[in-house]
Amino acid sequence: MNPDSWSLWRAQVAAILRLEIKKNFLAKRGLWIYLLAAAPVALMWTHAMLNLRDHRVCDLGHDSLIFATMFQFFYLRFAIFFGCVGVFLRLFRGEMMEKSLHYYLLAPVRREVLLVGKYLAGVITTSIIFCTGTALTLLALLVHVPRMAAEQYLFAGGGMGHVLAYIGTTALACIAYGSVFLVMGFLFHNPVVPVVLVLLWEAANPFLPQLLKRLSVIFYLHSLLPISLPAQGDFAFLAILRTPMPAYLAVAGLLSIALAGLWLGARQVRKLEINYGTE
Amino acid sequence: MTGSEILFENVSRFYGDVLGVNRVSLSIPPGITSLVGPNGSGKTTLMNLMTGLLRPTQGRINILGVAPDDPERLFRFVGYCTQFDSFPRGMTGYEFVYSYLRLHGKPHAEADELTCRAIDRVKLTDAATRKIAGYSKGMRQRIKLAQAICHNPSVLVLDEPLNGLDPLVRAETIALFRALAEAGRHVIISSHILHEVDAISDQVILLSSGYVVAEGQIHGVRTEVEDHPMQILIRCNRPSVLASRIFELDTVVEARVHNDGKGLLVRTRDPDRFYLMLNRLVVDGVDLESVAPADDDVNSVYEYLIGPDGGSI
Repeated sequence: MNPDSWSLWRAQVAAILRLEIKKNFLAKRGLWIYLLAAAPVALMWTHAMLNLRDHRVCDLGHDSLIFATMFQFFYLRFAIFFGCVGVFLRLFRGEMMEKSLHYYLLAPVRREVLLVGKYLAGVITTSIIFCTGTALTLLALLVHVPRMAAEQYLFAGGGMGHVLAYIGTTALACIAYGSVFLVMGFLFHNPVVPVVLVLLWEAANPFLPQLLKRLSVIFYLHSLLPISLPAQGDFAFLAILRTPMPAYLAVAGLLSIALAGLWLGARQVRKLEINYGTE
Repeated sequence: MTGSEILFENVSRFYGDVLGVNRVSLSIPPGITSLVGPNGSGKTTLMNLMTGLLRPTQGRINILGVAPDDPERLFRFVGYCTQFDSFPRGMTGYEFVYSYLRLHGKPHAEADELTCRAIDRVKLTDAATRKIAGYSKGMRQRIKLAQAICHNPSVLVLDEPLNGLDPLVRAETIALFRALAEAGRHVIISSHILHEVDAISDQVILLSSGYVVAEGQIHGVRTEVEDHPMQILIRCNRPSVLASRIFELDTVVEARVHNDGKGLLVRTRDPDRFYLMLNRLVVDGVDLESVAPADDDVNSVYEYLIGPDGGSI
């Protein structure tokens, strides 16, 4: 592997990113992904605007608990999960269905470089959409709080750490789920059933034995969340007995899942054939 | 790149239980080579194998010294105009070619220049900035051709490249193929249009039901079809006199006077010997106007080897 190869691969990945990111963002079929990302934003901003209009005093602690619940149960388990399904399954399987994948396979691009380029495009797309959603929702949380209280929360009360943790968790969710669904696109002609199985597996995570828990994405994502839902009170019915691990181990776990997915994807993409008749 | 030929060594490809191509061994030299055969005979499978879009079930393929499963090297010198009529969404003709060149790793200025040149060669400059989705069938065919030739490949693989082209563009495209072949490139074409294949090909590969039925230059292939003696049409003033002399040759199996009474259709198993002997046979008072083979073309070879309905032999 010489430096020329690296610079060629960089140029090729950049060319793939230009094509794929444009396609991902502008796809009409992907409109529902924006709606998924925008749902909590709309909810929190409506709440904030109503509070501002009615001059109600905001309980930041209560609101951040609402956000934590929404993030854990809607955003991570549903919006990002299905958003990644929509983007990453389309990268190869979708192009096979549309009979346009041969465009890439007729270029002097290593299959592995193509895989990395498309995967990065998916990660960038989903991260931008969902991290923006997370950031805007958090902004709505603070916009109707008195400025002093907001600054206090952000800079003295660990709020900035929470913001970064939520945004980081969102990006890592895109990285890990993206890799899982990228591989599924290779392995299954019709990935609906396997996607449902993964969804059920992720939902059943709290009830699994310790060893099996580690074979899911949500286990590691939960360990990164800055706010735990209390086992008593309004949200007790949603609380999950979790066994958090240190953040660095959780990040390593998520990155390992992503790398394992890419490794499996690389094996598949090398064997990939254009045989649209069987799609 | 080493080697100057495209080689297939005992290549087979099955789709499950269905045969794509079977035990194909070929050596394709530079020039225009046409793949001819009915639908389902294996032409596209052979092209997809050649370009790595499919992998052989068994056997080896070598394209000027490079294996098709090494796309990074292969597509530096191979261009493939596929039969697939689908394109990445939302692209203009210019973007289709330009982005392909950027995938080669070419910088913007070079990619832009090569794109404009390729689009100009296929006479699509005026429509280059329009979306491909709005193109006619012929325009889509031409933009695919532009993509295949834009990086100046030395091997050009073209699956039914003349489909949908109007006669003028068709003639220009054939001239383009001819020019590329004369420059020492390999141009491999699949086509159903036999008289065009006949006019442009340096060699043909006849396929039927996944098997190579014949390969080589048309004349050579025709000569090898021994079941069907060669037909030679002789225009002369006294065909019946000539016919009586011609039967003296043991290689002649039939001589039939033409309906207009001014010609003779001869069927011979050894045309070369027949031509040699013809001058000696011409008797006083018989004036030869012309002597020409009547079935020394792809159409006849196709009919003899594959059958008039495209069935198997």
